[in-house]
Amino acid sequence: MNEQITNVLLVGVGGQGILLASEILSEAAMLAGYDVKKSEIHGMSQRGGSVVSHVRYGKQVFSPIVPEGEGDILFGFELMETCRSLPLLKPGGTVVANDLKISPPSVLMGQELYPEGLVERIKARFPDFLLLDGQQMAGSAGNVRAANTVLLGAVSRKLDIAEQHWMKALEKMVPSKALDVNRKAFQLGRDYK
Amino acid sequence: MKEILSGNEAIARGAFEAGCLVACAYPGTPSTEILENTIRYKEINSSWAPNEKVALEVAIGASFGGGRALCTMKHVGVNVAADPLFTLAYTGVRGGLVLVVADDPEMHSSQNEQDSRNYARFAKVPMLEPSDSQECKEFTRLAFELSEQYDMPVMLRSCTRISHGKSIVDLGERVTGLPLPKLEKNPAKLVMLPGNARVRHPLVEASLQKLSADASSMVINRSELRDSSIGIITSGVCYQYVREVMPNASTLKLGMVNPLPYELIREFASQVDKLYIVEELDPFIEQQVRAMGINAIGKELISLCGELTPGRLRSAFGLPQPEAAPAEKLPGRPPNMCPGCPHRGVFFALNQLKAYVTGDIGCYTLGFMPPLSAMDTCVCMGASIGMATGVTKVVSAEEKKKVVAVIGDSTFLHTGINGLMDMVYNNSPATVVILDNSITAMTGRQDNPASGFTLMDDPANAINIPLLCKSLGVKNIRIVNPLDLEETRRVLAEEMERPETSVIITNKPCVLIKRDDVFQKGPVYAVDSEKCTGCRACLKIGCPAIEWRPAGDGSKKGKAYIDPLLCTGCDVCRQLCKFDAIGSR
Ligand SMILES: Cc1ncc(C[n+]2csc(CCOP(=O)(O)OP(=O)(O)O)c2C)c(N)n1
Repeated sequence: MNEQITNVLLVGVGGQGILLASEILSEAAMLAGYDVKKSEIHGMSQRGGSVVSHVRYGKQVFSPIVPEGEGDILFGFELMETCRSLPLLKPGGTVVANDLKISPPSVLMGQELYPEGLVERIKARFPDFLLLDGQQMAGSAGNVRAANTVLLGAVSRKLDIAEQHWMKALEKMVPSKALDVNRKAFQLGRDYK
Repeated sequence: MKEILSGNEAIARGAFEAGCLVACAYPGTPSTEILENTIRYKEINSSWAPNEKVALEVAIGASFGGGRALCTMKHVGVNVAADPLFTLAYTGVRGGLVLVVADDPEMHSSQNEQDSRNYARFAKVPMLEPSDSQECKEFTRLAFELSEQYDMPVMLRSCTRISHGKSIVDLGERVTGLPLPKLEKNPAKLVMLPGNARVRHPLVEASLQKLSADASSMVINRSELRDSSIGIITSGVCYQYVREVMPNASTLKLGMVNPLPYELIREFASQVDKLYIVEELDPFIEQQVRAMGINAIGKELISLCGELTPGRLRSAFGLPQPEAAPAEKLPGRPPNMCPGCPHRGVFFALNQLKAYVTGDIGCYTLGFMPPLSAMDTCVCMGASIGMATGVTKVVSAEEKKKVVAVIGDSTFLHTGINGLMDMVYNNSPATVVILDNSITAMTGRQDNPASGFTLMDDPANAINIPLLCKSLGVKNIRIVNPLDLEETRRVLAEEMERPETSVIITNKPCVLIKRDDVFQKGPVYAVDSEKCTGCRACLKIGCPAIEWRPAGDGSKKGKAYIDPLLCTGCDVCRQLCKFDAIGSR
């Protein structure tokens, strides 16, 4: 077992299911025998604001939030939010991002444009970058709403947690009627190169 | 058994294990989920009260009846509950009484960042402060025991990072063998008239002194000696940041922050070369340590404002920061009212009428944001109505007509009713709009005394708000459909003109309401791009389902588009389109 603390940041837009994904990750880490802490701000998450969830696991975790600049993996559900959270990552950190753009109010109202070239900007700073179309892959697993699980599958390959713990965590956190689709979605993400 | 629990879930679990019988609260971030979790334990009678004062009074009654009782609230809730709290300190308890207060340093979802530790000292009530979920559970149990042992209510202070942080908790069993609740008269202790209170006050002071002495040997106050050149006194979540950033420093971790364990502090101070205090917000520990004649450094390094983070602690102590990517310049993503939210139309109309809006706290406070931009004040829950009365007392007759108070249903029942009483009694000509969306939406859709259900989801009496207003003496009461812009604007204009108090009540439910028979989605709307002239009128309501799609030729031209996945069919945007370009698909 890895004694070091692993710092994961899950970021996106309120309503994208980030909290559930971070719960599954925390549960899997606990099942793998790690100490785990997780933290996020709930207040406005339902109303379309930015959401950042911190998950830390290892032998013994103190701070519930990832120290600035020490993130190992940034797991982005939306491109602009992924870009916004880059300062939390350590140099050489890993980015796994969903290829999805959700316009903020100023863009919806035509006052600003959704920024261009985000993928290139991220890649320039963090070469260890994996981009997936979570929606499309989830669709092929049977339900576009399982996009988060696809992404989680992709992130799982980068983490020191055995597959059996992920499966157990999915079983615990996902409603039984959605379990098959989610297992498939997870595997698609996990196998993605 | 081990589980990953949030601080709030762990506090609920702690109350269960402690044999708690009654839990009562008014919702408020970050404390809300405690009661949403005590309902998992059928042994605990859990309920929402209309405000924090009532919630605490219910808990006090349960305690005086002989049962263990829990009351929870956010930091500003204590302002509302302060009156019973200060005298409860004199009566003491019968069944253990624990008041959980969740602070919000950094104001993630609050209007101020008051430090509740001052309340504990001011009200002369002991206060515990957990540092993670395991301690949330253990300290809640301990708080009940201390409450009975010292005959005092006990406060438990959480904060956003503790309440909404999750960590691993070892679950225990519920205690058994507690005495059964039963009426018992004891007026000398429970009737706080001057003669009795004069007897009680010295007892309170004596108990605090005894508790302070005992606290020096309590395991929750823990001296951890490492490198003796630096000693840090800290508590709560700050302890975690200290351990993270300065793993070799000696620490005195305080589990009880009021009263302080003076003896233990003196001993720790004598064992280290340089003493620091690491605490968020006020110099609460620092000032008391200095008053003991001990030199300590605290607020010279650590800000009085906002929350601490590992990075902020590193810079306070001049420690090297890891190299991080610079922040990218990106459009912000502020929260927004939901698509179909019934509050939107009211603010659109208020904006058009150039009203001076004394606002209140709830989802509708987002009516302050552009493009609606129709809220001029927001101070605390219930303030809108009293403030509207006050404004009309000083401005000219013409300006009085512009004054409109806007308040949600839950907020009206919380502390708005008294304001309306005063407005009618003292004959203010202001207009009050009660945005009745049948739920307490802001904090996550809790039921309230007008929603028709209890916290346990049992059917309940639903207050008739128009009748309530009528009984307060309001003569002009109008009900409007806030999704009908013309009607809303007309009724508002008429009532603003009227030189007497009037109340307008909206009648459409929150789109997120949990019971599926309450809110029904209409047919989804779409923009006919042939007819759309790109006039942008529909963008003026700031609906997240409507998107401006630029023509892409570098010009300012473009067309509106409605996201069918987000549209609820509320019809408001259709009413704004002069070109008949919006309709159901
Ligand atoms: C004294 C106090 N208690 C609790 C809160 C937390 N709080 C903010 S708004 C709100 C309720 C809003 O409900 P309502 O007035 O019905 O408006 P809605 O959000 O449904 O539009 C609560 C509980 C607070 N800010 N102050």
